[in-house]
Amino acid sequence: MPEKNKTKMRELDPIERIGCFEEVALGYSREEALKEAARCLQCKNQPCVDGCPVGINIPGFIKALREERYKDSTVILKGDNNLPAVCGRVCPQEKQCEARCILGRVPGGDAVAIGRLERYVADLEIPIESVVKPPVHKKVAVIGAGPAGLTVAADLAKEGVSVTVFEAFHTAGGVLVYGIPEFRLPKEIVSNEVQFVKEMGVEFKFNEIVGRTVPFEELLSDYDAVFIGIGAGAPRFMGIPGTNLNNIFSASEFLTRVNLMKAYLFPKYDTPVKIKDRVAVIGAGNVTMDAARTAKRLGAKDVHIVYRRSEEEMPARLEEYHHAMEEGIKLHCLTLPVEYLGDSNNNVIAMKCVKMILGEPDSSGRRRPVQLENSEFTMEVDMVIEAIGQTPNAVLKAGFPSVQLNKWGSIQADEETGRTNFPNVFAGGDIVTGAATVIEAMGAGKRSAKAILEYLAGA
Amino acid sequence: MYKVISTEAIAPDTFDIWLEHPDIDKRAKPGQFLILRLDEFSERIPLTIVSTAEGRVRVIIKAIGKSTYKLCAVKPGDTIADIVGPLGNPSEIDRFGTVCVIGGGVGIAPLFPIARALKEAGNRVVGILGAAKKELLIMKDEFLPYLDELYITTDDGSEGIKGNVTVALQEVLKKEKVEFIWAIGPMVMMKFVSLMAAENDILCWVSLNPIMVDGTGMCGACRAEVGEEVKFACVHGPEFDGRKVKWDELIKRQYQYREEEKQAMEDYVKEMGGKNA
Ligand SMILES: Cc1cc2nc3c(=O)[nH]c(=O)nc-3n(C[C@H](O)[C@H](O)[C@H](O)COP(=O)(O)OP(=O)(O)OC[C@H]3O[C@@H](n4cnc5c(N)ncnc54)[C@H](O)[C@@H]3O)c2cc1C
Ligand SMILES: Cc1cc2nc3c(=O)[nH]c(=O)nc-3n(C[C@H](O)[C@H](O)[C@H](O)COP(=O)(O)OP(=O)(O)OC[C@H]3O[C@@H](n4cnc5c(N)ncnc54)[C@H](O)[C@@H]3O)c2cc1C
Ligand code: SF4
Ligand code: SF4
Ligand code: FES
Repeated sequence: MPEKNKTKMRELDPIERIGCFEEVALGYSREEALKEAARCLQCKNQPCVDGCPVGINIPGFIKALREERYKDSTVILKGDNNLPAVCGRVCPQEKQCEARCILGRVPGGDAVAIGRLERYVADLEIPIESVVKPPVHKKVAVIGAGPAGLTVAADLAKEGVSVTVFEAFHTAGGVLVYGIPEFRLPKEIVSNEVQFVKEMGVEFKFNEIVGRTVPFEELLSDYDAVFIGIGAGAPRFMGIPGTNLNNIFSASEFLTRVNLMKAYLFPKYDTPVKIKDRVAVIGAGNVTMDAARTAKRLGAKDVHIVYRRSEEEMPARLEEYHHAMEEGIKLHCLTLPVEYLGDSNNNVIAMKCVKMILGEPDSSGRRRPVQLENSEFTMEVDMVIEAIGQTPNAVLKAGFPSVQLNKWGSIQADEETGRTNFPNVFAGGDIVTGAATVIEAMGAGKRSAKAILEYLAGA
Repeated sequence: MYKVISTEAIAPDTFDIWLEHPDIDKRAKPGQFLILRLDEFSERIPLTIVSTAEGRVRVIIKAIGKSTYKLCAVKPGDTIADIVGPLGNPSEIDRFGTVCVIGGGVGIAPLFPIARALKEAGNRVVGILGAAKKELLIMKDEFLPYLDELYITTDDGSEGIKGNVTVALQEVLKKEKVEFIWAIGPMVMMKFVSLMAAENDILCWVSLNPIMVDGTGMCGACRAEVGEEVKFACVHGPEFDGRKVKWDELIKRQYQYREEEKQAMEDYVKEMGGKNA
């Protein structure tokens, strides 16, 4: 990333980091943070704030930071964002707050490193008293402990609502714990932030899959309102011939084994993970980068990212893409696998691919890749990870039969309030929007929390 | 945390364990399973719910690798970190007429609740229970009240018919008209029963037990091709029409982690001072 006047962040050396799961980005020192904070112009009209899905008072927290009022800075940040240490690390800032920063819009200038500063302040871990209002004697059930659910839970708890979170896994965090790897988001940070939510009095019920182990109807009758934040959990497969060969995995399986079940510490932890010499990862989003970089760290010799569009259309966070390239991962753009080939033991040994060219823009505004005739070629690989996106989980469709879905199979919910076809059922995050970002899920959670409070006041 | 109530060795390397779990007791139906995680370091282990009573749930486990050995070593009073369930779709139980239930090895245990429910629904239930040898034949006495007829097969002939369950199935099919078959056991067994069912045009339910991670439809580890479609055993199953399952592919997928599992087991045996080998 050509950064000119932004204060650089120290990083682990690529050679060193591909041998471990330590966090790559090392954070600012106090001096660096103050230097970067000093660049902010404290714009009156605050264009940066409009770029943040939860509307953090960016100039405010930066001002407090540069005046070395660290606690004030923390209070401002946490007032708008329950998970600043997470967002400072994983937000696609170049598309959000930093995209609007005035400094980035002057030719040759760099935006203020808002995300890095947010991370700096959050990492100081200055305890602040969470002001919890007296009980209002209302009960809300939150389904899913991902960023959307955690946000709703915290915002409601602050207002004195009694909140119970039902989570399918044995731990809270959603994609933050089972998807995003340790080297990008240390799990300790997630558990600290979850602890903060617990301290507000939120109750967690783990190992509960609503719609399976607890009927949805039971929550509807036991609670005054319900929030559904179950994420876009099910993996998509390309469905090309050979998909069920051995050593072909969804990124969800691969990353869940490594992150949630700690397979990178196998055999200290019992869950194994496969790793082979020549790994292809299909896709080009954050999930793809995470899977590719994880494979590298587990010892794969060659890791190839195979993407059907061009570098420009890549949806991944810019920083992760650069990190992947620094780590020696190879990129094959405009390439589409059409068949997997296996040996007599059903182990994958190669991928038949075709070359693509970009045609007319499609509904997403990106140019549609079309197959180039007679361009078929074979790529030798002995492991494949498909990271081409997630769809709403099948458990959902069976578990919430009465909640209206949209044409993509996601929950139909009002964008401003998260309200569904039930007056007392709200939904937000990936289950409504399809796979998106942490901060967008939190933004949806904030709006729903507000709407739920209004609903509870009227009910 | 969930308490271990009791454990009992019922055959070599095979344990009958009761765990405290009031919610599963309330909700479980035949054919469903649970996933448990012993402690912080453990895998998520899928196990069929054999029966439930008084706020407890019963599982029967065959120790075959590190995780199942660890689990079989629990003692009453110990705790299990996490249990989630019931998972999967219940068996479709109805009054069909004559049904044949076939269990092989530790697969006899998951068959039990299904056989009982079929009997209670008013079916004539013919049972075939198979094991490698007499000592490995489990739960025979428990099945008896729910079976109208029982065939036993052992590979070495130490009890009942010498041979595998298909030999007995052949005999049953010669004698009477069977409306449905349920078969649970090793994949190869389920494959050959399904082939025989297909020849005789009988629907054959099998319970697939591929490697699973989350058990909630989130990872696709448990996928299998059934009737030309990719299905996730944990949420679309675990029971499928065995005649439509692409067995050879599934059987090969089962051994995907063999090298890793072997290493885990060897390390575990070393750690235990070689006692458990
Ligand atoms: C590998 C990966 C990398 C990513 N990287 C980034 C990034 O760098 N930056 C970024 O902004 N975004 C990133 N994302 C996207 C981001 O993580 C998601 O958009 C965000 O987590 C969505 O939050 P959520 O709360 O809607 O759902 P999730 O985080 O998916 O959480 C849903 C929770 O609900 C639980 N659940 C599901 N069903 C049930 C049920 N029936 N009952 C109870 N609980 C249930 C799940 O177990 C889970 O804990 C990434 C995603 C992945 C997979
Ligand atoms: C829905 C479902 C229900 C099940 N119910 C029961 C039950 O009631 N009782 C019981 O004893 N077991 C049951 N199993 C199987 C049990 O989960 C596995 O035996 C266990 O996870 C193996 O773990 P391990 O570490 O001990 O063995 P590993 O070291 O993982 O495996 C040892 C050997 O067994 C093979 N193997 C791995 N996983 C399985 C599997 N799922 N099935 C068969 N072979 C496997 C491996 O390829 C390897 O060769 C069930 C599995 C599923 C998916
Ligand atoms: S939460 Fe994300 S978008 Fe908002 S200010 Fe922080 S880094 Fe920017
Ligand atoms: S737009 Fe940039 S310079 Fe202006 S207040 Fe926001 S961060 Fe500071
Ligand atoms: S075990 Fe993950 S989808 Fe079935």
